[in-house]
Amino acid sequence: MDNIDSALVNTLQQGLPVCARPFDAVAEALDVPVGEVLSRLQRLLDDRVLTRFGPMFNAEKLGGALSLCALQAPAERFDEIAELVNAFPEVAHNYERDHRLNMWFVVATEHPQQAGAVIREIEQLSGCRVYDMPKQEEFYIGLKLTV
Amino acid sequence: MTGNPPTLDKMQQTGPLLDAVDRQIIVATQAGLPLVAEPYEALARQLGLDTEDVLARIAAMQACGIIRRIAAVPNHYALGYTDNGMSVWNVSDACISELGQQVGALEYVSHCYQRPRHLPLWPYNLFAMVHGRSRYDVETRVAAIENLLGEACRGHEVLYSKRILKKTGLRIKG
Repeated sequence: MDNIDSALVNTLQQGLPVCARPFDAVAEALDVPVGEVLSRLQRLLDDRVLTRFGPMFNAEKLGGALSLCALQAPAERFDEIAELVNAFPEVAHNYERDHRLNMWFVVATEHPQQAGAVIREIEQLSGCRVYDMPKQEEFYIGLKLTV
Repeated sequence: MTGNPPTLDKMQQTGPLLDAVDRQIIVATQAGLPLVAEPYEALARQLGLDTEDVLARIAAMQACGIIRRIAAVPNHYALGYTDNGMSVWNVSDACISELGQQVGALEYVSHCYQRPRHLPLWPYNLFAMVHGRSRYDVETRVAAIENLLGEACRGHEVLYSKRILKKTGLRIKG
């Protein structure tokens, strides 16, 4: 990564305008041809410095529901409960965290009312209370790391 | 805004429902935009649509929040941000909107949300994912957030992940 790569990573995280030639302004700001912006962007994606470039969609606004849930799995049943939770296709992510609430997972459903049913089923199967923490307000999503 | 999470009703209020062409555009761009000087023209050609129509639809989806922004998503590990902690804060309800905006604006915070408390076990209503180049870096940044929140904050914790148990991407069906 040279200085131009760093500037490109920093600029592209902010968001580009929706217009016919969105890379022109970036090329001008970095004082390189558009072709070079594109080839550098392709290389940053190929090298996995960037994971994606394009529209960032908001799942809830697409009609689906997302909720962050936590439960307190007893140590001796942790793996069994993790397996049971992971078996739900609606569970997108699941992390073990160092807290009394030691299992944190995201329930994603196409329709909002399905999330509650999944949560109740996990409670019944695991015997653990699920703490449902849907977002009430979003202040920011996305990284804006300076490199 | 307080209370319930977004619902279908709310979505209908914030913008027009998506039609089949919008969904076609979403499915075609979930993995990313074509990396060419005129990406919307390339997308339109691929889908058999008019470029102006594609631009107008994407602009409309951005205006109503279906698209947050057209941007690059960095791999924070590749950029040296190897450590992250989920910081959770008990912030007075009266100040949370204003303070949440300020915490969310910090460059090392990737996700920042207000979520419901579950008393007595869980008094925290503000969640901020903090990234750093080391555990120490994360702790320093958490201390900076504590300073920013000041007296409006009655307590906090940082939950570090020990293990990824499952991670699958979210995908919209066509």
